[in-house]
Amino acid sequence: MSGGATRAGRESGTTDGGAPLLELRGIGKDFGSVIALDGISTAVRAGEVTCVLGDNGAGKSTLIKVLAGVHRPTRGQLLLDGAPVEFGAPREALDAGIATVYQDLAMIPLMAIWRNFFLGSEPTTGWGPFRRFDRATAKDVTRRELAAMGIDIRDPDQPVGTLSGGERQSVAIARAVHFGARVLILDEPTSALGVKQAAVVLRYIAQARDRGLGVVFITHNPHHAHPVGDRFLLLNRGRSMGDFAKGELTREQLTDMMAGGDELTQLAEELERPPGG
Amino acid sequence: MFRSLSGVANWLDVASTLGIMAVAVALLMIGGHFDLSAGVMTGTTALTVGIVAVELGQNIWVAIAAALVLALAIGFLNGWLVTRTGLPSFIITLGTFLMLQGLNLGLTKLFTGTVQVRGLADAPGYHSAELLLSSTISVFGQPFRIAIVWWLLLTAVASWVLLRTRFGNWVFATGGDEVASRNVGVPARRTTIALFMTTAGAAWLVGSITAVRLTSVQANTGTGQELIYIVAAVIGGCLLTGGFGSAVGAALGALIFGMTQQGIVYLNWDADWFYFFLGAMLLLAVLTNRLVRRYAEAARR
Repeated sequence: MSGGATRAGRESGTTDGGAPLLELRGIGKDFGSVIALDGISTAVRAGEVTCVLGDNGAGKSTLIKVLAGVHRPTRGQLLLDGAPVEFGAPREALDAGIATVYQDLAMIPLMAIWRNFFLGSEPTTGWGPFRRFDRATAKDVTRRELAAMGIDIRDPDQPVGTLSGGERQSVAIARAVHFGARVLILDEPTSALGVKQAAVVLRYIAQARDRGLGVVFITHNPHHAHPVGDRFLLLNRGRSMGDFAKGELTREQLTDMMAGGDELTQLAEELERPPGG
Repeated sequence: MFRSLSGVANWLDVASTLGIMAVAVALLMIGGHFDLSAGVMTGTTALTVGIVAVELGQNIWVAIAAALVLALAIGFLNGWLVTRTGLPSFIITLGTFLMLQGLNLGLTKLFTGTVQVRGLADAPGYHSAELLLSSTISVFGQPFRIAIVWWLLLTAVASWVLLRTRFGNWVFATGGDEVASRNVGVPARRTTIALFMTTAGAAWLVGSITAVRLTSVQANTGTGQELIYIVAAVIGGCLLTGGFGSAVGAALGALIFGMTQQGIVYLNWDADWFYFFLGAMLLLAVLTNRLVRRYAEAARR
């Protein structure tokens, strides 16, 4: 069944020009005898936001690591521009244009913003033993790229640790965009933030989308996902609870499915004061 | 007198060999690791120079080259073990420290029958080695040890590498957050191994200077110095947790160390007081470091 679907998908993908940037087909991942992820399918298109929703332990982190090249999937297929790909290391995914902004940020708090911005991909000048980090370019590009995303940084020399959580997420997003990411994976970028800061980050997600990137937005908050998402993949205990387009779901339905509406009703009953007690 | 030219030459001399090591150890600490074998390695390299030159009758430059190869191999082994096992470098290098201490004694006795190697001055090529490693340079009629030049040169190069090159950026990143830096494509493992090899290389330079200057080497040379290097680096502003510090700071730490050590002698105080001051300076430095870190993380939620 999956084989037939693969062939059909590839053919239609090359003809209509609308092949998703990244497509997941029946992705599964086992750790020993534990099935962490099974039968996950969805698509990420250029200029769209695909939201992955799920509670703690739903398999969101495992899914990210499969997409980012940290884990190899045990089952299923990953397609980039309609062609199957396999990533053996994070660097390979990065080179293919899939950038991941992790929850713990991949930023070094004690280092300056511009040093963080170019970490691992530093521009150089000079040759031979005198090849050095091109600091002027690095600072200049950092300031420009952040400004292009509408991020106002007072001084690129200040340590990242002095930025607020939202600002740091935004710098990480700007960095991924600058280094030619086509698919941007965001791991719970709003979960640790207050309402205002989360709104700022959501705006940058929309910015990245408008610049033509395919965004994978991982979250457990349907109120953050619904306004910005074009597609919603719901996970529960490593399995897909459905993959919906925006029109197919209202926010209420999304919230209900996410929280497990029944569970919440049950909880409400449990927590109620016993009558007369 | 402490402030006279001869006094300055005196405490700069103490600071220089210590400073060469402190700068290398500082780079390693910024990269997030310790090397407890750094002290005894200066002995290992000095003894290697002595044994190869005197007992095996080679040209002293051959002996110095052999010591360099050995030092880099030990440094590589330290770094490789640390990155492969993920164990704290404190434990790994404590192991190499003790092993080297035993080897230094055992092999020296095996070759010479005593606990020292002597007679380096008669080795072929000694005079050119002496010129480069233990001669003096006259400034205003006062001879200054050439090791001071090596120290300043190394501090300048280390500072440049740390602040102006990609590798320097990787050192800060690896020490700041190894997982995060690997996620963005920093070769953290290679960086760590390179830093351990740098420390070993500095130990080789100090070992060679010691061997050529004294012309005889005791089997216990360098033992116990490893903590002094770390103290100098911390006084110079390196964080024990990694990710922050500077080469110039470590050089200044070594300078303060040298001045204190010689200053106590000039004051005719009991030398026992030296360790009291050393401890006090260390505490003061660590408390200041904490302020720096607080500032950097002030806005962290």
